[in-house]
Amino acid sequence: MYQYNDFDAAFVAERNAQFRAQVERRISGALTEDEFKPLRLMNGLYLQLHAYMLRVAIPYGTLNGAQMRQLAMIAETFDKGYGHFTTRQNIQYNWPKLKDVPDILDRLAEVEMHALQTSGNTIRNVTADHFAGAAADEVEDPRPTAELLRQWSTDHPEFQFLPRKFKLAVTGSAADRAVIRAHDIGIQIVEKDGEIGYKIIVGGGLGRTPMIGKTLAEFLPKADLLPFVEATVNVWNRLGRRDNKYKSRIKITVHEHGIDDIRARVLTRFEQIKPTFKGVDRDLFAQIQQNFGAPVYRNAPVDAHTAMRLANPAYASWSDTNITAHKNDSYAIVSISLKKHGATPGDASADQMRVMAELAETYGHDELRISHEQNVILPHVHQSDLPAIYAALREANLATANIGLISDIIACPGMDYCALATARSIPVAQEIAERFDELKLEHEIGALKIKISGCINACGHHHVGHIGILGLDRAGVENYQITLGGDGSEDAAIGERAGPGFSAEALVPAIERIIETYLDVRSEKAETFLQTYRRVGMGPFKAALYPDSKASAA
Amino acid sequence: MSRSFTPKVITANALLEGDVIYWSPEGTWVRTLSSAEVFEDEAVAQEQLLTASSQPAVAVGVYLADVAITDDGPAPTHFREEFRTRGPSNYAHGKQVELS
Repeated sequence: MYQYNDFDAAFVAERNAQFRAQVERRISGALTEDEFKPLRLMNGLYLQLHAYMLRVAIPYGTLNGAQMRQLAMIAETFDKGYGHFTTRQNIQYNWPKLKDVPDILDRLAEVEMHALQTSGNTIRNVTADHFAGAAADEVEDPRPTAELLRQWSTDHPEFQFLPRKFKLAVTGSAADRAVIRAHDIGIQIVEKDGEIGYKIIVGGGLGRTPMIGKTLAEFLPKADLLPFVEATVNVWNRLGRRDNKYKSRIKITVHEHGIDDIRARVLTRFEQIKPTFKGVDRDLFAQIQQNFGAPVYRNAPVDAHTAMRLANPAYASWSDTNITAHKNDSYAIVSISLKKHGATPGDASADQMRVMAELAETYGHDELRISHEQNVILPHVHQSDLPAIYAALREANLATANIGLISDIIACPGMDYCALATARSIPVAQEIAERFDELKLEHEIGALKIKISGCINACGHHHVGHIGILGLDRAGVENYQITLGGDGSEDAAIGERAGPGFSAEALVPAIERIIETYLDVRSEKAETFLQTYRRVGMGPFKAALYPDSKASAA
Repeated sequence: MSRSFTPKVITANALLEGDVIYWSPEGTWVRTLSSAEVFEDEAVAQEQLLTASSQPAVAVGVYLADVAITDDGPAPTHFREEFRTRGPSNYAHGKQVELS
């Protein structure tokens, strides 16, 4: 893992001292809210529906046991004993008091964490594949690249007042687990003729106007990364629509100018600024990379796991869904579900955080990851330790065997917390998960991603859900639109709206009708929901959703 | 023709705690909707909104919210305002427990 150097530590301490003084001036009345708001947003502090919310960065979703323990301590000392992991691999505290926030930031700094650039019109937390460094299909660990981008973007003087927020995601695998095609810039580490480089995708995004990113560079030599990304952000910083918030993201700039025009502008700018980089960025990358060495793998038999699979059906089921192949044959990647049926997606109590920290320290080379799907990952686990991990997770209510299934739902906080929301998301996720658990259909249905957003801003990624749900306010009543066929993977697609929305009461029955239709029309059990949808189209689902409208099932 | 004025309360979030507050008949901030002053006259409401907004070190984001007048006092007419009187639906946190 990356370790702060003296500069990093001093920088975070200075920023925290500045914010402490700003909070004091706000409380004394010396600063108005209009003056204070941009300052607090630069430090991740929002004022939500019922309370303040502090969003803490977990760069590329990577943290160690000590950091997770500190997050637990903060949850207990300054909040209501839990935290909420988000779709951008961050953690949010929903109940901090204004006067406590400077103390919280100091406690975070003790474990090399911060809340910088988790809000505002800046380059936000850089996200990455949550299986980074462990995935069997990886060209290279994306985290050194993500850390380089984090350092470059933090307090970058040119990019503190961008037209709008700007999000970067990095993956080292062709199988896209980081939704890079729905980011302002998505970066895929690729190999060509034995050389490692980057494929650069630009102009993806969800929100009001969802777009799949377009390829800006098919193969960028590694050494060109920072000047090229800087040139891209620079072009958008000048062209981006500051006159209209809804047209300000780079996806609109790319859409309005066309990818070829943007590419030409980026290349012109790139040629101008490349000579100014002088190789400092390459030296820094080499230093960063040394922090991300592979763990020292243990060589031991894996019989315990194999035997337990035969002996315990619940364990077998859990290992079927929650274990992913590791690049080392004796190891496994464990996904810890924060989606127990009926629980709030992405929430973990302080006790649960400590259990996960302990497991990482004992069995997982002291590494944890947060996934954008709001689960926690133990990336490096020897297979012989899986039974012990499972037992500990069960004790802590963390052993739900549902990764990638219908109850593994992404849900934004919605109108239970968020001041921007137009409807609630969490109760919808809870009801769907409980209903399909009750029907005992979850494993029969198989791979299915439901994603729920409580407003058009799409923090819950509904556009790329196989089934997407968008909560809206229709004449003072919560109403839910359904989209089908969205996909956040390397085959990214925006879901298609099925038709008129549903009331909160009618929504879960509508989802049931979609699932019944899928089970009815799939060609075989192995054909996933998404594959079936792509084969048969909207027709049968529309007919099931709106039986009275005589919709054509052609 | 202008629309007729519907009953309203003045509401905001508290600067220090962040929680929902309402403007009372005594000209102070209170924590429950039942203690809020209900305005049925637009001119009075606008004048009080100015007064309530002049305490930037106490209240943040001051605005007028619609209410219905019921036998039990003012009641929210929109679900967002209803949630603000109560707290989140996934945990017993916020006003639904703090005030009982």
